[in-house]
Amino acid sequence: MQSKRKIRVLIAKPGLDSHDRGAKVVARALRDAGMEVIYTGLRQTPEQIVQTALQEDVDVIGLSILSGAHKALFPRIMELLRQEGLMDIMVFAGGIIPEEDIKEMKKLGVKEIFGPGTPTEKIIQFVFENMPKRT
Amino acid sequence: MAKIEEITRGVLAGDRRSIARAITIIENNTAEAKKLIASIYPRTGKAHIIGLTGPSGSGKSTLIEKIVREYRRRGKTVGVIAVDPTSPFTGGAFLGDRIRMQELSTDQGVFIRSMATRNYSGGLAKVTKDAVKVLDAAGKDIILVETVGAGQSEVEIIKVAQTTVVVHAPGLGDEIQAIKAGLMEIADIFVVNKADRENADKAVTDIQSILQLNNKETAWKPPILKTTALTGEGVPQLIEKLEEHRRFLEKETERKRTLGKAEAELIEAIEEKVVGSIIEDLKKQGKFEELLQKIIERKIDPASAAEKLLRGKFKKAE
Repeated sequence: MQSKRKIRVLIAKPGLDSHDRGAKVVARALRDAGMEVIYTGLRQTPEQIVQTALQEDVDVIGLSILSGAHKALFPRIMELLRQEGLMDIMVFAGGIIPEEDIKEMKKLGVKEIFGPGTPTEKIIQFVFENMPKRT
Repeated sequence: MAKIEEITRGVLAGDRRSIARAITIIENNTAEAKKLIASIYPRTGKAHIIGLTGPSGSGKSTLIEKIVREYRRRGKTVGVIAVDPTSPFTGGAFLGDRIRMQELSTDQGVFIRSMATRNYSGGLAKVTKDAVKVLDAAGKDIILVETVGAGQSEVEIIKVAQTTVVVHAPGLGDEIQAIKAGLMEIADIFVVNKADRENADKAVTDIQSILQLNNKETAWKPPILKTTALTGEGVPQLIEKLEEHRRFLEKETERKRTLGKAEAELIEAIEEKVVGSIIEDLKKQGKFEELLQKIIERKIDPASAAEKLLRGKFKKAE
């Protein structure tokens, strides 16, 4: 049964970033690794991201953020996931997140944070290895 | 994960998480999927199922967003299934139809699900019709199904939808060529989207002229509407036509159509069962492997091999 299961990933851009190049590169890499990638475009609110994750029944959420607003947006997203009972979704992030914030973000439940220049292979491998176990 | 019975109950109660899980179960085609469909089936049949198809770039997703808004304004709940192709090489898929619909994602009266074809042909996923049943059983009044960008052969949608809308747009190149064959024949409603473009009227006349060639007497004459999805212009008129078609179906051919759809579904289910069991049987007989080897060695072609295998099988019937 497990082998039939496709990994579904939501790649989302919270906040007011004006471009989504990085997010699209990651989305494409995950697609080419055989995953089904739901892409929602720019300027998503935490509510939209969480409701999308719920409707799409994703296993993984990848958040991309460049604006520096992660300290406001990530806690909200994690809180909403909790409220909706979606804590079994694995969340990772990428973009511009200062070293000193990483610990704090991980404490919120963000599993990993990838900085600029991370090879996509590394992200793919990470997703495969950290896919939440669901039956 | 919650038990299948729990998910079924959740679906019937309209619980969003359960709907999402149910569709995943169906997509992964587990043993539980059959049980699930069986138990929700009695509660289906109430929704108006509308298919939208047409070439890539005709604006289907944007139009759907506006259609949903209009239905919501009229107090209806809406489910959307947006299908995008799976890569035949990697098995992965990029599902991007939501980009145009994201403002709807927080509306509790709307449920949007992206679906990859998983290499099923015809412009839909194999299980799209079962996912529709989940949304139907969950109480959605309107269900919109968006096919992959379609050319001529992506006509599976008519097996799923009660009303099929073919969306075209001027200036896509190849003009009417793209919808000449299959798509022309399946439309209950034609939409020329991006009607603010200068050659929109020409697209309308093109469709008209092709329709006129069709001299079959039909009770429903597919109307041609112009919309500009970006601004929403023409969308209320489209909804009126959709409603009109729904009433038409109810009155005249609902029974026949439903019968046809039910027959197609029953036949497909039988095929799946029969073919599966026959193949399993044949595999047990050993000859299967032997012929397989011969095919690889080019000693026999697959069609003849199939005939050989099946000859004994249907002797009784002949």
